[in-house]
Amino acid sequence: MQLRVRALETVLTEKGYVDPAALDRIIEAYETRIGPHIGARVVARAWADPTFKKALLADASQAIETLGLEQKVGDHLIAVENTASTHNMIVCTLCSCYPWDVLGLPPAWYKSTPYRARTVKEPRTVLADFGVTLPADKTIRVWDSTAETRFIVLPMRPEGTEGWSEERLASLVTRDSMIGTGLAKTASEVAA
Amino acid sequence: MTDNAEAGAVRAALDVVPGIPCEGEAPVFEEPWQAQAFAMALALHQRGVFTWTDWATLLGEEIRNARAEGDPDDGSTYYRHWLATLERVVALKGIASSDTLGRYVHAWDHAADRTPHGQAIELRPEDFP
Repeated sequence: MQLRVRALETVLTEKGYVDPAALDRIIEAYETRIGPHIGARVVARAWADPTFKKALLADASQAIETLGLEQKVGDHLIAVENTASTHNMIVCTLCSCYPWDVLGLPPAWYKSTPYRARTVKEPRTVLADFGVTLPADKTIRVWDSTAETRFIVLPMRPEGTEGWSEERLASLVTRDSMIGTGLAKTASEVAA
Repeated sequence: MTDNAEAGAVRAALDVVPGIPCEGEAPVFEEPWQAQAFAMALALHQRGVFTWTDWATLLGEEIRNARAEGDPDDGSTYYRHWLATLERVVALKGIASSDTLGRYVHAWDHAADRTPHGQAIELRPEDFP
């Protein structure tokens, strides 16, 4: 399906019938049943529950299944954990591989050639474009998604959020923080 | 195109084309390619390539034919038929024949195969059969 859609989009773009940017605007205007709120719930649970976190890092698809979400999560989802020494980012060179069952539709930039090409070569510069500056000694790992294996970043839990409910924790988790082009919001960014 | 114009364009489609899966008044998609196929139809309609009445007729034929061949009548395959209709309209209107579309499918498949892991995939002339 994806190849056929992609072929159509290429032909229609080359012939001037559609503008990819306009298509992205239409796509982004629509909600899916599925969105980053699902991933945010998963991250919040992992922050709140060490046992769940362990299970998530061992087998994300299986762990998410135990949450009893309405949305079925596909196999081969891998959660990669940000730590004090390592930051993770996800990318896909074929553009359509994205953990859409936990994050919804991919943002337009995720599919763009510059993001796809540059993230592998110069992740630090790409992060700077997103307004994220990391310490020079922090390792950045880039995970290249495929149709079979998709990744979700488990962002670091912000300081000062001890004792927060899962619901409140989930409000800290942005889509970009689960792609790795952003960090979770700070405690002060979320209204009490 | 403004958000309002977009919303109006979508409503126009929902008014005429039966079966579009919706939650409330907004279309919902199970996978990204479905939203892309939906957006392409919307864009072609805005270019005046077809009317929604024409589209509904062609899509209806596609669905009837598929059901005659055992397709489940439960909406789960709606966007497969939508995509097939899109390919048919593009051929009918002389924009691209099914041969041309097939060549592009082959080219993308080929480009994906030859591109090393970690590099962005781009179409090159040699990808075409």
